[in-house]
Amino acid sequence: MKAVLVLALKSAWARRLTLGITLVAVALAAALLLAVERVRHDARANFSQSISGVDLVVGPRGGATQLMMYAVFHTGTATQNMRWDSFEALATHPAVAWAVPLSLGDSHRGFPVVGTTPDYFLHRRPAVSPAPTFSAGRPFAGTVDGVFEAVLGSAVAQELGYRIGDRITLSHGMEALGPEHADKPFTVVGILAPTGTPVDRTVHVSLEAITAIHLDWAGGAPLSGLNIPAEQVRKFDLAPKEITALLVGLKSRSDVFRLQRHINAYRGEALMAVLPGVALDELWQTLSTVENSLIAISALVVLVGLAGLTATLLAGLNERRRELAILRSLGAGPGEVFLMLVAEGLVVTVLGVTLGVVLMAVGIVLLAPMTLTHFGIHLQMRPPSANEFALLLSIIGTGLAASLVPGWRAWRMSLADGLTPRN
Amino acid sequence: MSALTLTDLIYRWPRQPAPCLDIPHFEIAAGERVFLRGPSGGGKSTLLAVLGGVALPNSGTVTLLGERLDTLSSRARDRFRADHIGFIFQQFNLLPWLSALDNVLLPCTFSARRAARAGDARATAEQLLTHLDLAPGLWHQPAAELSVGQQQRVAAARALIGKPEIVLADEPTSALDAPRQQRFIDLLLAETRAAGAALLFVSHDDRLAAHFDRRVTLAEINRASTETAA
Repeated sequence: MKAVLVLALKSAWARRLTLGITLVAVALAAALLLAVERVRHDARANFSQSISGVDLVVGPRGGATQLMMYAVFHTGTATQNMRWDSFEALATHPAVAWAVPLSLGDSHRGFPVVGTTPDYFLHRRPAVSPAPTFSAGRPFAGTVDGVFEAVLGSAVAQELGYRIGDRITLSHGMEALGPEHADKPFTVVGILAPTGTPVDRTVHVSLEAITAIHLDWAGGAPLSGLNIPAEQVRKFDLAPKEITALLVGLKSRSDVFRLQRHINAYRGEALMAVLPGVALDELWQTLSTVENSLIAISALVVLVGLAGLTATLLAGLNERRRELAILRSLGAGPGEVFLMLVAEGLVVTVLGVTLGVVLMAVGIVLLAPMTLTHFGIHLQMRPPSANEFALLLSIIGTGLAASLVPGWRAWRMSLADGLTPRN
Repeated sequence: MSALTLTDLIYRWPRQPAPCLDIPHFEIAAGERVFLRGPSGGGKSTLLAVLGGVALPNSGTVTLLGERLDTLSSRARDRFRADHIGFIFQQFNLLPWLSALDNVLLPCTFSARRAARAGDARATAEQLLTHLDLAPGLWHQPAAELSVGQQQRVAAARALIGKPEIVLADEPTSALDAPRQQRFIDLLLAETRAAGAALLFVSHDDRLAAHFDRRVTLAEINRASTETAA
């Protein structure tokens, strides 16, 4: 039997071009299915990690998902701001342990800029690690003197090659080439350690800095004829008047619904409080149809790939009749002929799936920065999960089933042909 | 002991009323080299399939080396074929993607008995190829790159390696030109004698019959009409 398998491999090698193309098709299909599963899983894990520690996200009334997306993941844009006094009122509520204000809307070379307070660095953290620790430098001062100081997420620093002491300028809006706040450069004073969350791709400055760079702006554009130099901003009142959203941590999680109701009924202005976990669940609920369709389409692509395998093996059988008859004359039984075909199909499937895993790994390396920037999804290089292994095994199982057809045909053929195939 | 005995053999193709083979008695002695002449499509290939244990007769007995082939299980018939019979066909005998030498060695991978009888299989294969006049430079070439004549000599070496008791040859010279036909037969007869094997050489061409121990026509042994296609 071992001899037969060795011959099967040698025979397959002789037809390596056609089988190779089939193998690549299987690999691409497997990679697609794996990638869909990986993105689905990592997106969920990542989003859950990004919201950990935050009990409520508060912002102007609107879409809950939208609020979550811009407050936590810094994607999308806020349509409205909320007043600073609302923040102060909420931050001093007895149930609130901490509240971090966020002011969004500027960017640096495509990376979102968040105006906040130094408290941010204490509370904005993924579950797995304590507060985002600094790999270099310190938090921005948050004082009038240190107004133009910035703290970079690890990916920002790494991708743009920034170090402590470098000077950067911000742009208005999320477009990389929006109107520049070039007249008021910032100094990099801190760089955060990687967290695997959107924090990595964020530039952090103080709320005062956000006010300062917009002093001579109105309605999203520089005021013509008015130019306040950086050194003079201290003469102005830089206390924030508006923020985009705030993140809230509670003293006791059991207060969460009570505080949510309180905020939703807040009299000062129309606000909304969102439980990030619930909002995420709603998001997944909405997306599950899309997810399932993607999985179904990928599964179909795998089936098409394996149908191609069956077709290739069947088409090859006709030109291999002679080969099979020779093996029969040498003492190979029809069962061994069957085994040769099935082994061939199985080897192509297993190699295809293996190549698919490699392709997906390469794809992750290439695409991870893009998915993190645009979707806030941190794709990780890691060995296949149990779920992915189950998918791989089911592909291999289907490949085995797909090989049984040509195997069975070869069995019948070798019996009917005897030693001399009739053409 | 006879190498091969057929008694009251009837073989009918499925869905055909008339038998294609109806052989009351046919026998080949051990080491005997027999030329069997029959027209193309006269049931020769069917006879070889029955002798090789690939096709089963509808009735009658097929006895090879004292073993009733027709009563063995299909697995045992495959085993028997691997151990005791060498085949040479008209053409396309070889696995095109294996070298000439590896093709010769194939029976030793399928049959432990023939591997044992071949001794140092590689040396034996090289010796056979030398005797059959195949230049050493060709031994490691893929079979597909050899000429038809060279391929047939490799096929003969493969049929003979490990000293099977019976060699069945089905028009092995039909793809060769006339001068090479006789040369091939001489080499085959010599090597068959050296191996001590019985040889059944089937052909439609009477001119090749000269050097065999015995000449038979299919019509002499087969009572069935030869109109049915083989």
